[in-house]
Amino acid sequence: MNNAKHLKHLYARAGFGIRFEDLHDHENWSVKKAVRKLFKASEKNDQIAVLTENIERRNYAQLTEAEKKLVQEERNKQTRELNCAWVKQLSETDAQLREKMTLFWHNHFACNIGNAFYEQQLNNIERTNALGNFKTLLLQVSQSPAMLQFLNNQQNQKGHPNENFARELMELFTLGRGHYTEQDIKESARAFTGWAFNGLTGEYTFRPRVHDNGIKNFKGRSGNFCGEDIIDMIIADKQTAIFISTKLYRYLVNDIADDNHINQMADVFYKSNYEIKPLLEFVFLSDWFYDDKNIGNLVKSPVELLTGLNRQFYISYQNPEVLIQFQRTLGQILFRPPNVAGWPGGRNWIDSSSLMYRMKIPSIILNAGMIDFTGKANPEDEAYLAAVRKQQLNIIKKVQAQPDWDKFLHDIPKNTTKEQIAEYLLEPKLNKTITEEVNNANDIKAMVIELVSTPEYQLC
Amino acid sequence: MKRRDFLKNTALASGAFLIPSFLKPLEALAKSDLTAYKNLVIIQLSGGNDGLNTIVPFGNDIYYQKRKTIAINQNDIIKLNDMQGLNPSLSALKEVYDQGYMSIINSVGYPNPDRSHFRSMDIWQTASDSNQFLTTGWIGRYLDSNCQNCNNPYTAIEVDDTLSLAMKGAKMKGIAVQDPNKLYQTTREPFFKDLVHEHGDANLSEDNLGYLYKTMIETYSSADYIQQTSKTYNVTAQYPATALGNQLKTVSKFINSGLQTRIYYVSLSGFDTHAGQQNQQGRQLKIYGDAVAAFIKDLKQTGKLDDTLVMTFSEFGRRVEQNASNGTDHGTANNVFIYGGKLKKAGIYNDAPDLSQLENGDLKYQIDFRDVYATLLDKWLNINDSQVLAKNFSGLNFV
Repeated sequence: MNNAKHLKHLYARAGFGIRFEDLHDHENWSVKKAVRKLFKASEKNDQIAVLTENIERRNYAQLTEAEKKLVQEERNKQTRELNCAWVKQLSETDAQLREKMTLFWHNHFACNIGNAFYEQQLNNIERTNALGNFKTLLLQVSQSPAMLQFLNNQQNQKGHPNENFARELMELFTLGRGHYTEQDIKESARAFTGWAFNGLTGEYTFRPRVHDNGIKNFKGRSGNFCGEDIIDMIIADKQTAIFISTKLYRYLVNDIADDNHINQMADVFYKSNYEIKPLLEFVFLSDWFYDDKNIGNLVKSPVELLTGLNRQFYISYQNPEVLIQFQRTLGQILFRPPNVAGWPGGRNWIDSSSLMYRMKIPSIILNAGMIDFTGKANPEDEAYLAAVRKQQLNIIKKVQAQPDWDKFLHDIPKNTTKEQIAEYLLEPKLNKTITEEVNNANDIKAMVIELVSTPEYQLC
Repeated sequence: MKRRDFLKNTALASGAFLIPSFLKPLEALAKSDLTAYKNLVIIQLSGGNDGLNTIVPFGNDIYYQKRKTIAINQNDIIKLNDMQGLNPSLSALKEVYDQGYMSIINSVGYPNPDRSHFRSMDIWQTASDSNQFLTTGWIGRYLDSNCQNCNNPYTAIEVDDTLSLAMKGAKMKGIAVQDPNKLYQTTREPFFKDLVHEHGDANLSEDNLGYLYKTMIETYSSADYIQQTSKTYNVTAQYPATALGNQLKTVSKFINSGLQTRIYYVSLSGFDTHAGQQNQQGRQLKIYGDAVAAFIKDLKQTGKLDDTLVMTFSEFGRRVEQNASNGTDHGTANNVFIYGGKLKKAGIYNDAPDLSQLENGDLKYQIDFRDVYATLLDKWLNINDSQVLAKNFSGLNFV
């Protein structure tokens, strides 16, 4: 069972959870083999290509009011399509690790602009380099139209530097607060003058005429630095490896940073010239990754919660846009981070209302809002359950989700105990109430719905 | 005895749920305690309300020069002094103003203003510097300070379905309640009830699982308390049939029923008026003015106005010069409104914005918004504001 526990933990963190059939099938794999297989499956790099037109390229100023309104509707439609396309990919791909890391970089390089086409492009950059080299990723992100627009580098010109990009580059993308000076920001902003994108082609272009060719003083050195030089110097500072390792540790291991483990990670990352794959391998193969305190103690983000549910129950959606509504309710809409710092994550996902929604949404998707109650219901409970039953048709009409229960139930190997099913669904240890609830259950399906409606299911 | 039977026979029958005693809802305040119980109501106008067309500086020619097609006509303005007056859509507030229940603070903002809605709203909600990213809100940090009157989630209620960042602290968070009955119903899901009653102590540990159980139990207990307490009072006053009207009516119900809540938070959106501003802003201002006037009148009638302070803000004002689509683009400093029965300085608090000294075409702020917060925290809620704002602000004298 221990091996199964480790595999389950690995898949919860390196992906969006393991399916029953896979857990059963892989039970005898060593962790090493499982990690190798995870990387193997993620060699596949499926780009998101649902959007084919950059609406920005139309000549907006010359349109009539009515035409402008139509364009706005098209924009909104593109935004929804992009969101749905990614959620579908997250929910269905075998390249779990690649998507999990794409989600990490999506939050690390938080970007929120009105142009879905550019957002799709940035998302694909993050996907392609998700397991590759961090410096390559950083450079491509920095030169993407989405980021150039979002952090105002388009307006960063000789004589009128705009410091927005330079500041976020150091504060949020690489070094972290306290590891650069205001002077470093001012000087490096000048080095990034002329980095722009061509609105017609939607491609990065360097504009020498607005580039500041003067001497810049950056981190104790001086020279006629260009943007690439600045990025080289930032990458050469080991603090960048430490900063990324810390953030990754919080994403994959534990909210509470362990400096010893993080320094080990930073060493591996720095020595490999910022290759992401060896860093991840190091984490997944470390003994400490499987310590009890690191299991079942991370709060799933809303997208991880929904994605995990979709994967575990093979859910298909007639109207996938309902998933955007769930994202909104739970406080995380993909491509709409609250600010440049991204979603704060961890306990910030949880407040009184969001927790109630999180505990209710699985039953809404899986069972039209009904959580069958194994215990004796008192009159108040009966009234409540009757009201829910009345609502069921309404919910079905609104949500239009179809879990594949047959497949889910079929995948459970014969002779699996109810407690084992519960252990498979919940990462934290089962408490007494839940164990009792499980043992009282007559119906597997009802029991499963109870289990995914618990505080425990919020954790991975 | 079986677990459930035990439950049925004891806890549920007696009405005392198996909730740790420290989480048990407190009794509603006795009527005699109510008089000195101070409430703060915050109204957020989302989208960046154009302050210059709200409190119109009609006495300044520059206003009419910069806003050729969207300036408010001299004759339509409800004049407050020889410089500023109310947008006609705010006519309902004239009486409130004349009674000395309204204070207008001009040119409120912060250094290095950010013109993004999201970012500037975060700055206002977290009370951060312009280049500082905080993950907790100022009201949340007020809850975290664990003062005598602020240690329950329902100390701060947002009348909405979801909770704003302003209401989230590191340890404590306020609670979102659009409809007390609905929240109560959600928490009565029989299975959740079972989890609330039967969690072991192990689940109240310091780790994330403990945090989830603690939040669930607090929500359960707060929902019960809010429902049981607020149903004892019926609002009889008339409110306009708008979302904001309904929200303020709910706040009135909460205040008048004696709920031990100190801060209420509501919001109204639709102020991002890049095009066709006059009609759009007029509609939103009318919704705002009518609802607030009804609320103030109601509280006056029930004797609660002296114990209530209302603050209205928006994430930024708009540029002084209008744009080519009869609208205005994102700007900087803006006016803040304070209402209450016991204002120290009612009327117009400080000079009208200076339209001749602009910074890149934007108003320069004269008062840091955190001075407004400091005043609310220090002089109204009686808590050391520097603890919440992590900096010293000298505060103002409106209360």
